[in-house]
Amino acid sequence: MSGAGLVLDGLTRRFGAAVALDGLSVRIADGGIVGLVGPDGAGKSTLMRLVAGLLRPDAGRVTLDGRDCATEAEALRTAIAYMPQSRGLWTDLSVIENLRLIADLRGVPAGERSARIERMLDSTGLAPFRDRLAGRLSGGMAQKAALACALIRPPRLVLLDEPSVGVDPISRRELWALVRELAGDGVPVLWSTAYLDEAERCDRVLLLDRGRLIGDGAPGDFTGALEDRCLRLTVARDRRLSAQARAARDPALVDAVLRGGHLDLVLAEDAPAPDAAALAPDDPQARIEPRAPRFEDAFVAALAAARRPAAPASSPAPSDDGPPRAGAPRPAARERDGGEALAVDRLVKRFGDFTAVDGVSFSVGRGEIFGLIGPNGAGKSTIFKMLCGLLPPSDGAARVAGIALRDSPAAARGRIGYMAQAFSLYGRLSVRRNLDFFAGAYGLPRAEARRRRDRALAEFGLAEVAGSRAGALPPGYRQRLSLAAALMHDPEILFLDEPTSGVDPPTRREFWLRIAAMADRGVTVMVTTHFLDEADYCDRLAVIYRGRLLALETPDALKAGAATAERPEPDVEDAFVALIEESDRRAAGGRSAA
Amino acid sequence: MSRAAARRLSALVGKESRQILRDPSSIAIAFVLPAILLFIFGYGVSLDAEGVPVAVVVEQPSPQADSLAAAFAGSPSFDPVYPLHRTPAQRLLRLGEVRAVVVVPASFEADLARGDAAVQVLLDGTDANTARIVSGYADGVLSGWLADLARERGARTAPVIEAESRIWFNPAVRSRNFLIPGLVAIVMTLTGALLTSLLVAREYDRGTIETLMATPAGVGEILAGKVVPTFLLGMASMGLSVAMAVWLFDVPLRGSFLVLAGASALFLTAALGLGLVISAATKDQFVAGQLAILVTFLPAFLLSGFIFNIDAMPPAIQAVSHLVAARYFIAIAQTVFLVGTEWSVILPNAAALAVMGVAFLGLARALLVKRLG
Amino acid sequence: MFRRIRALIVKELLAILNDPKSRAILVVLPLVQLGVFPFAATFEVDSIRIAVWNPDGGVASRDLVARFAGAPVFHPVVAIDGRPAIEAALPAREADLVIVIDQRFSADVAAGRPAAIQLLVDGSNSNTALVTLSYAREIVRDHAAAIGPDPPARLATRALYNPNLESAWFILPGLLGILTTIASLAVTAFSVAREKETGTFQQLLVTPLRPAEILVGKMVPGLVIGLAQGAVIVAVMHGVYGVPLAGSLALLAGALAVFLTSVIGIGLAVSAIARTQQQALFGAFLFTVPMVILSGFATPVENMPGWIRTLTLGNPLRWFMEIARGVVLKDLPPAAVLNLTWPMALIAVVTLTVAALVFRRRAG
Repeated sequence: MSGAGLVLDGLTRRFGAAVALDGLSVRIADGGIVGLVGPDGAGKSTLMRLVAGLLRPDAGRVTLDGRDCATEAEALRTAIAYMPQSRGLWTDLSVIENLRLIADLRGVPAGERSARIERMLDSTGLAPFRDRLAGRLSGGMAQKAALACALIRPPRLVLLDEPSVGVDPISRRELWALVRELAGDGVPVLWSTAYLDEAERCDRVLLLDRGRLIGDGAPGDFTGALEDRCLRLTVARDRRLSAQARAARDPALVDAVLRGGHLDLVLAEDAPAPDAAALAPDDPQARIEPRAPRFEDAFVAALAAARRPAAPASSPAPSDDGPPRAGAPRPAARERDGGEALAVDRLVKRFGDFTAVDGVSFSVGRGEIFGLIGPNGAGKSTIFKMLCGLLPPSDGAARVAGIALRDSPAAARGRIGYMAQAFSLYGRLSVRRNLDFFAGAYGLPRAEARRRRDRALAEFGLAEVAGSRAGALPPGYRQRLSLAAALMHDPEILFLDEPTSGVDPPTRREFWLRIAAMADRGVTVMVTTHFLDEADYCDRLAVIYRGRLLALETPDALKAGAATAERPEPDVEDAFVALIEESDRRAAGGRSAA
Repeated sequence: MSRAAARRLSALVGKESRQILRDPSSIAIAFVLPAILLFIFGYGVSLDAEGVPVAVVVEQPSPQADSLAAAFAGSPSFDPVYPLHRTPAQRLLRLGEVRAVVVVPASFEADLARGDAAVQVLLDGTDANTARIVSGYADGVLSGWLADLARERGARTAPVIEAESRIWFNPAVRSRNFLIPGLVAIVMTLTGALLTSLLVAREYDRGTIETLMATPAGVGEILAGKVVPTFLLGMASMGLSVAMAVWLFDVPLRGSFLVLAGASALFLTAALGLGLVISAATKDQFVAGQLAILVTFLPAFLLSGFIFNIDAMPPAIQAVSHLVAARYFIAIAQTVFLVGTEWSVILPNAAALAVMGVAFLGLARALLVKRLG
Repeated sequence: MFRRIRALIVKELLAILNDPKSRAILVVLPLVQLGVFPFAATFEVDSIRIAVWNPDGGVASRDLVARFAGAPVFHPVVAIDGRPAIEAALPAREADLVIVIDQRFSADVAAGRPAAIQLLVDGSNSNTALVTLSYAREIVRDHAAAIGPDPPARLATRALYNPNLESAWFILPGLLGILTTIASLAVTAFSVAREKETGTFQQLLVTPLRPAEILVGKMVPGLVIGLAQGAVIVAVMHGVYGVPLAGSLALLAGALAVFLTSVIGIGLAVSAIARTQQQALFGAFLFTVPMVILSGFATPVENMPGWIRTLTLGNPLRWFMEIARGVVLKDLPPAAVLNLTWPMALIAVVTLTVAALVFRRRAG
């Protein structure tokens, strides 16, 4: 089988006993962006590497315009632009040095080199940062630089492996525009992603699960099939978890996910719509309405269909009595009593001449899920670091769990839990040892430490991997372990710094279910995220931009504020982008007026 | 080589050079540590014992006993103290304040007259080497004293054999003349093998290996890109070492500098090759670094004839030393520095280095494939 | 506080010992060195190759040559002929010692006149040259004594503490200091640098652990591993190499602990400064190599010039080297050990203070 375009024919690749790709056949002849979507372990990266000639298939073949990607790999190098998941920039070289190096390696003609590089710098907006070391770029800028490197020579095929991980929504939109602009007409772009809202923007989506193709079509084809199967249950906040648990047990429903004040449901094929009263018997106000399907619904439905009858592997173990319990039990569950968990008053942080945080004030109630959103470099992480006692503020005050941070940061640190952006547990230690360590680091007595560790192993579904090295765990397990470790000492406030970055959708929603359960028990949750569809899970959102607080609203209020005639129902991302653009306009206006 | 390949190679060389020059720890390893080592070996380390502290105990003063005791003071080899009794002298020996105790017994005068006097020497045996040297020195002092005694008395003595000794190549027997040429090998091992061992492993650690592999650059080009700058750095630190040796420490360079540079180039190639082999095989910086110390740096120190004499080692260890590139280079370096351009020594050793260089580079080339997993 | 530090220590030890590669390095590296060093690190001179030109041919000269050939250190003894052969033998490294016997040697001996020989030595290895010469002179002296009357006085030489003058006895206690230095320094230098590279350092800093507690937690594992390695080395030294243990083991262990603490201070400072593992490795290396060379391990400190000897006072390994050899071989009295220990304690205070200052600045 040969022909124009990229052709995968019975492609199979194993790693030891594990099958990464299982007889995959697909043909991509036309230009445009082809989304490669699937949970962790679906085989997305393996597929990319096979096409890039970095792996050899065990069976089947890949060809590009009739040339074999494995045996003629060297000949195809200049035809294929590949951006690995790790970005692959040399952090100790500057942007322009990275570009020049790759241009020379990929054989961009010497006469065209500087023109081509300038064009890339202009398109990516990196021209002012050309001499900055790649290691000093923000996440979004680094992704753009890596993209510019990959596309420095006009290719025949573009492979982008999770290019938008860790990139804020604004930069992500720019990245999309860039790829469309730079790839060129008729050039297929294979774009793997864990962001399901991104899948909706692709021209074509390949849905992968466990090395098999379980869906192939335009995004509309996927959502169209679910047109009448998507419902929304509106329910009182304190009843939503029990409603979710009931929905999860209902065979007529393939999905039930919390989103803000709502529970979004997906019906099984040909199943009748459930009764609001059945799902929330103790809330007379509960009501069910139809809603527009999202790509995520299609994704979950397709996964459920492909894996039937087995339950989705990474969904939380169903519990009989209500929602899963998170963290260690406490003598008396703290209530959402409206008390203050955290207060920030005119907080300022300066680094030399640069003001990273510029007089931010807000307060967070006990049991609230409070989201900080903003573009890369807006100051979110700096606020987080100050609140965790990692950075001393330049000015202003902060009280964490009733303790003034300035007076006793170590005491305040004992009351908080922190889950870093990257997996930052000890990869060489076993799961059990990691939990032991954090229990000890927070000074728990030995017997108490052991009890909480065993409970955490059970509650987070980690018992069967308790002896495995943490570094060898699949991402979903690692994330659960990180959360369990952050909760070992029963903190009053939990700080989550981009907790779902690089985590696949099923794991992500399971994670949010746990967070919601914890908030119900009175734990205050501070979270930053770039997945703005996740912002819906928060009670309130603070939009941070250039070190200042741009807005502090509930997600619904934020969306309502951004509604326009041509976009009556904006999502959080639309609202966010509108806010940022408005702020930029005002800043520009201010400058031109002055 | 095609023009495209030439451009790729020069781009890779530029990249590696910048990366090396930007990390202060590479510069420290290439220039600061060599300078420290040269200073220590140039000024500090000497194998020559002079003025060895000894305790001379004269149990019963007498003209002959005092004369012998004075002979120890008169020898430049010794720096004696004179405790009155054996016990305090032995205490000094135990505390390491003296290296030997010489006891001239109470009966010395009478024994000597009978022709059967024994002077007791107690050596601190902990440092076997120094003990042997001290024993030789003491022998020399006694023989000299006896010869003088015989002359005084006009007695017939043993036939005098005048052994006139001449030390070639290093008449003043300066340790640094012997150590510093060998040190050049150690210095080049630092950049050649230790620094190089991290270069490929780092690309794996940081994930940039995928970017490199996805370009048309061949494995040979990638390796050459890493070899060229470290080679130049290694030659530069060799130049620094030789300059310091000749101008600062007055080590004679009797042979041709060009020959020395040529041999250095061969040695450096072998060291680089081994560094790349380690790097490509381990793919992990920590392990690569430790392994490089184990299989390159320590052997260059121990099994190369740099300080320790290979001929005196057990046969098994001598056999292992044949696998150590530094051994061949040090033989050349010592010859070129102190003896001259002596081809009968240089050629076979250079041939061994060339074989090792080709073998290691070939092995590195074979270990690094443009594929993952 | 104690609980928190203990958790950190347990974690550090497990992180090192759980990893097969690090474990292999901590075990294999010292074992290989223990196997090779005592044999390789020797200043003994053996197999001295001799070229003899004997134009005399008389009995006295032939006996002299036979005496050289009979000595075990001289091997082989080859006869050469003529000046050109002499001129070529040393530069080509065909012989280490050339003996030229005077034409009238036997006649002179018979007549009681001073007889002459010439000893030409390759001085490019200064140590070997001196030892070779002293061996050769001894043979010549013996020969003279054998053909003449007995001298009226002789030396009765006896070596204490190491009666057979075995190099290994000298090298092994020294290795105790060097190998434990390498292990403790590597373990501590890498510990913070690795946490920085993998991002766990931030996670550590948000726990209630104070910088001083983290420092202690990072210190103890290096100490434990160093002491454990020390115990193995002492066992091998005694059990395999048969080095007697003259002094008190408790005294030795105490001194080792003080010594390791001073070394660990250096490791922690390097670790706090280094941003990458490469910098940690090279930083540790930059300290280890001069420390070993200036310790008296291979070349006696007393042979070094004055200002370098002063420099060695700040080198903890120099003090420990003396303690190790003294306690193991000579049963050094406790007062003397104490005298050698307090300088190390002082160094430890300085290095740990520096480490704490650097650490506080970098971590804050």
